[in-house]
Order: sequence, then C-alpha cells, then structure tokens
Amino acid sequence: MNVELGHFALALALALALVQAVAPFIGARRLDDALMRVGLSAAVGQFFMVALSFAALADAHLQSDFSVLNVAENSHSALPAIYKITGVWGNHEGSMLLWSLILATFGAIVALIGRGAPLRLRADALSVQGVLSAAFLAFILFTSDPFERLWPAPLEGRDLNPILQDPGLAIHPPLLYLGYVGFSITFSFAAAALIEGRIDAAWARFVRPFALIAWCFLTLGIAMGSYWAYYTLGWGGFWFWDPVENASLMPWLAGTAFLHSVAVMEKRGALKVWTIFLAILAFSFSLLGTFLVRSGVLTSVHAFANDPRRGVAILFILALFISGALALFAWRAPGLKQGGLFAPISREGALVLNNLLLATACFAVLLGTLYPLALEQATGEKISVGAPFFNLTCGALLLAAAFALPFGHSLAWKRGDFLGVAQRLSVALGAGALLGVALIAFSARMPPLAAIAAGLALFVILGTLTEVFVRVTRSGFAPRIVFSRALGLPLSFWGATLAHLGVGATLLGLAMTGLGAENIVAMKAGETQAIGPYTFTIDRIEARDGPNYQETVAVSTLKKDGVVVARLEPSRRSFSTREAATTEAGIVTLNFGQVYVSIGDPDDNGAVAARLYWKPLVTFIWFGAILMAVGGAASLADRRLRIGAPRLAAARYAEAA
Amino acid sequence: MRRRGRSIAALVLATLFGALFAAAAFAVNPDEMLSDPVLEARARALSAELRCLVCQNQSIDDSDAPLARDIRLLIRERIKNGESNEEVKAFLVSRYGDFILLKPPFKPETWLLWLGAPIVLALGAGLVWSARRREAAAPTPLTPEEERRLAEIEG
Repeated sequence: MNVELGHFALALALALALVQAVAPFIGARRLDDALMRVGLSAAVGQFFMVALSFAALADAHLQSDFSVLNVAENSHSALPAIYKITGVWGNHEGSMLLWSLILATFGAIVALIGRGAPLRLRADALSVQGVLSAAFLAFILFTSDPFERLWPAPLEGRDLNPILQDPGLAIHPPLLYLGYVGFSITFSFAAAALIEGRIDAAWARFVRPFALIAWCFLTLGIAMGSYWAYYTLGWGGFWFWDPVENASLMPWLAGTAFLHSVAVMEKRGALKVWTIFLAILAFSFSLLGTFLVRSGVLTSVHAFANDPRRGVAILFILALFISGALALFAWRAPGLKQGGLFAPISREGALVLNNLLLATACFAVLLGTLYPLALEQATGEKISVGAPFFNLTCGALLLAAAFALPFGHSLAWKRGDFLGVAQRLSVALGAGALLGVALIAFSARMPPLAAIAAGLALFVILGTLTEVFVRVTRSGFAPRIVFSRALGLPLSFWGATLAHLGVGATLLGLAMTGLGAENIVAMKAGETQAIGPYTFTIDRIEARDGPNYQETVAVSTLKKDGVVVARLEPSRRSFSTREAATTEAGIVTLNFGQVYVSIGDPDDNGAVAARLYWKPLVTFIWFGAILMAVGGAASLADRRLRIGAPRLAAARYAEAA
Repeated sequence: MRRRGRSIAALVLATLFGALFAAAAFAVNPDEMLSDPVLEARARALSAELRCLVCQNQSIDDSDAPLARDIRLLIRERIKNGESNEEVKAFLVSRYGDFILLKPPFKPETWLLWLGAPIVLALGAGLVWSARRREAAAPTPLTPEEERRLAEIEG
C-alpha cells in the first residue's frame, strides 16, 4: 500500500514539476505576480511529494518488503538496520530518487527563503529547476521505477553488495549528490539571468551561498569517497584518476573557479560573462558525471547494453540541458554589460589567473576522461589514459595554482603592490624552498615532484598565515589589539584563510606519501616485521562470525622501541549470500600518519600475505579537505553573505529612506 | 569471484548499478617478488605504469586479476634476464597494443590529447590579454591640453 502511495506521489511530483516549469515562466513574461508565485508553491509541493515517495521506498527497505523488486535485489532481512536504509541509495533506481529529492529540496529552499532575489529572477530560475526536476522524475518513472513489484515475492532478498555495507557508503553518495545537485541552483540562476539579459552584484550575492553550500558538500563527498576507497581497498590507495572520480573532480574544479570569480563579480562587478559561463559549466559537469556513471558507457565496450533506454534517456537529458544552456549563453551573454577595471597585478588579476589554471586543469581532466572513448569510436584504436597523464597535466596546473595562491590571498583589490606582497611572502617562500631542497637532498626515497609539492604546500600554509599575521598586527603588536583586530576581520576572510590552509594541508599530505614505507610479506602467527619506525607482530590468527559474514582476523600488536603503541585487527570477511569477500584493513593513526595493515586469506601453512604500510602525515589529505569545507561554512556564516542577506539590506535601505 | 577489479570506479559503479560485484584480495603477492630489492623496485615502478587489461583503469600493480598477476610475473622474468624497462614495455606493447600503457604515447592520434591542455591554456591567456587591451583602450586618457584645462577648472 505504502509502495503504491510512493509511486503515486512520484507521479504527482512530476505533474507539479511540469507546472513549476511552465507557470512561473509565463508569469515572468507577462509580469503576472500571481502566476510567478505559482512556481514557488509548486516547488514546495514537489519537494513534499518527492520526500513522501522517498520515505515510502525507505520504508519498504526497512520492512524488507521483498515484493518490491528493488528491495528484493538490494536488501536482506538479516542486514543491520543502518544498511537497510543506506541500501535505498545503494542501487541505480534509489540513487536517482535521492538525486531528485535533493534537487527538489534546493528548489524548495529557493522558493521559501529566497526573498532576497527579485521575484522575476526567482520565477525564471524556478522554472529552469522545474524543467530539470521534470526531466529526472520522468526518467525515474519511465525507465528506472524503484517501486516495481515482484510477484511471487521471494522469501529472502539478494542482499546488499558487501562492499557497500560500510558506514562510508552511508554518507558518501548523499554528500556527493548534495554537491552535484547544489550547483543546479547556480545553473538555474545563470539561465534566469541570461533570459532576463541582466546580471549584477545582487545576483552574485544571492547565488554565492548556494554555490558555497554545494562546494562544501562536494569537497566533503570527494574526500569521504577517497577515504572510503583508502580503507576498503586493502592497499591504501586513495585516488586513481578513474573516470568516475574524474566525474566528481570536474564539477569541483569548475565550482572552485566559480566561487573565486563570483567573489570578483560581487566585489568589483567584473568577470560577469565568465562567471555565468562557469555557473553553467559546474552543473554541466555534474550532469556529465551522472551520465558517465549511470549510462554504462564506462563499464564496458557494449555501451548501453545494460539497459539502452536508460543510457539514451540520460544522454538526451544531458544534451538538452548543456546545449540549451550554452546556446542561451552564446545568444544572450554578449549583451551583458561588463564592468570593473583592474590592474593585472591585483586580487582580481590573481583570481583571473586562478580561474585560468583551474579551468584548464578541469579541461585536462575532461580530455583525459573522454579521449579514449572518442578515439575508440572514431578509429577503433584503444588507448589508456591513466595516472601518469593526469599527474603531468592536471597535477602540474594545480601545482602552479598553488604557487599563485598566497599571492592572490595577499594582493589588494583593484591595484596591488606586487613588490610589497613579495617581500611579505619572502619568509614563507624561503621556508618552502628550503623544505623542497632539503627533501630532495636528504631523502633518497622521495620523488622530486613530491618534494616540490611539499615545498609548495609549506609555502601555501605559511603564506596564508603571513596575511593573517599582517592583518592582525596592522595597528600594533599588543595582545589586546591583535585579538580585537582578529575579531574584527570579516568571517569571509577567515573562511578563505581556512580553505587555503586546507589546500596546503591536503597538498602536504599528498606529497608526504613519498616518504612512506611499504612491506609486503607472508607472515605466520607469532612472526614480527618492521614497518617504518615500528615493528608489527601477528599474535594469533583466528576465525570469527559476524552478523552476516565470517571473518579471519589477525590479532596483532604494533610496537615502537619495544613499547606497545597499538593493537590492530586486520581481517578478511566473506559473505556467503553473494559469495563475496572484503578486506578490512587494520589502521591506527599516530602523529597524523597512519600504520595500515591488511591481510589475505591464510594459505595451507597458516601464513597470510600481509601488506604493511607506514604513511606519514597521510591524514592531512582528508583533514585538509575538512578544513576547506569548514572554511566554506565560515564564509557562509558571514552575515553579509548569508542566504537572504540582500533582503535585510534592502529592508534597512527602505527604513533609512 | 575474487578476481574482479577493485578501483573506486568499480565501487561506485557497483553502488549505482547494484551490480554483482566482489571485493579483492591483493595485488602484488609476497611469492611473486624478486629477491633483489633493486630489480624488484624497478618491477614495481614498471607495474604502476601498465594497465590491467581486464579492469577499469587499474594498474597491474594494484590489480589482483589473474591476467595482471601473469604480466607481473612476466615483467619480473624479463627484468631478471637483463632487459631494460623500455624493452619490457616494447614487448608488452607489441603483444597487447598501446592499450596496456597508462601513459599514452605521443603520436598523431594522441597529439590532441597531450597538447589540448597547453593549447587551451594559451588560448585562455590570449583571451584574457585581448580582453584587457580592449578594456584599457576604452577610456582614452586625457591629452596634455585637457589636463591643463582640468587643472585650471579645479583651480
């Protein structure tokens, strides 16, 4: 019954999305307020319907209703409750429903608290959102129905893929989707601005918080996915330049560029056309990512073999929105008024450089991801584009951007004093160079590129802190004055500082992987091996039973100079329902570095293949990402930038007048 | 079932397709490794540049597919026999084609791939440059005559 209700709610949501697509658009053309407001109500109504539908599916999963095909294929009655819930989006149909739910949520937010933007702009944006929602809801209803019944219902489900039975999965896809879909708001507002042919600083002020929210979630989502891969894969890799990862990196790069250019637009009125273009690009990459992952282009040479209708439908949606938006851009953008002059050596100039490098890096990722597909289609020749290519192109461009970062962070708007800034940054630059040279000279293990990256990372961190130091000590070094100045600096400055420190931290973590140690060896119970500054001993190897798996555990001890520092229990789990096995690494964090141990199945002599790693500062990679997201959140909390802030400003203005 | 790929792509794809999918054990195993650490280090570095042909974008160093293991053993055999890295790669390319190289070779079919990013960077820089010139050209500076009159008016 609930299942049919959910299905029905989904159909209603589609109807409301169509209303949302049409009514406010016509209203905006006729300047009919009432008709424009229909769009707002439709957006809220659509959100409730999609939420109801999602709740119905979640309920079916929670109750293990195996008469629903989706539940029978992706759940099991013995599954812990948490994984019954996460299993809702651990499959194609459910994840598309989650996508639509988040899309509808953002639409409802714009409808409910978007009073800062002019009604007409909002109506146009909601109309674009409506078209997006309608496309995805129709896609779900007609090609990927999660509510399909199965009769006769099986007694037991086929279980959730064991790899997905992990807390990481509980949060990774929703975070990623919040990021992907959050950029739909910037996309819709960019399209609305193009339809109206007008864009100004108020537009930037209204859209920026949404872009910040999306960017924070995307940052966390990518970091979470990378950490998840790190601890589930069994050998400590965290980034593979894989097409699906690239699909999430591209909107992140475009979104990062957008956040920087929209700041210029808000402050100085410059870069309008470029900002609009990036707004379209960021979401287009989100759509492209969805297409690449969902269509099956990447799984095999039989492009749409899984279900041709799905791939073609997503390709159609992708082509419609991207080409539509770009056509609108080509048609209307030349009419937008540019403004805001600035000298090349200025904050704006640095941000233009940042945008150039980030956009090119994004293009390099796009090229590397799609080139093999295109070449194979065109000539039948198969090539591989892997990590070495991306490190040379995207990696190099991002390192260049990192080098420019402290300069941009320190330069003044409009016209900067390059010599002054260079002087201030000389200490940071010297320290970074020293670290790089020292690492090359004294560590044979470290590849030169990693040493350079480490030096750059230190430069980014110290350079960012230099600017903080300069700002808080501007009127004296007395602690009280310094403290009050620190409090007086805007939150958006602290946000940028934290985010930039995060960039430095992540870069440092990445670079320091070059100093790690690895020991791959067959070990029996009672044996000891050295790993980095530690020794690792397997005390015993034992079998255990979990709720829905059996596992072999190596109960072990980690010692430094004879003193026990940690106990580790790396294990191999086997799941009988799916005849699958997973590796659970034993990980311990010591001084921001980690000792990482994973084992294989025991052989006939009782020995296991053990992989031991010492990864100094590896946690910085993810701490840095968290820092970036915290920085984004701090910027978001800045009261000048909060959602709805333009409304307060307008109200105050009205009072004063 | 254990031999399937382990890349995150496969993981995410599995999430999204709900495909039947199994986790992996290990890539390089202790029994495969060469006793000479220098040769072994070379073999590892080489492995990281070679694609596991039956996986999604994974190097044979990371993959535990049987084919990847065979190639790992093969390159160790060849390295032990005194072949250079280039010779090993050339042999593998003659056998499996360029597909096995994770770093695609620079040749007419891949010119666009390798040069794409530098070209876009140059185009972008050119665009910024010309936009600046156009902007700078817009307001013509005052002539000395006008400057003098302005000074007069301002008194």
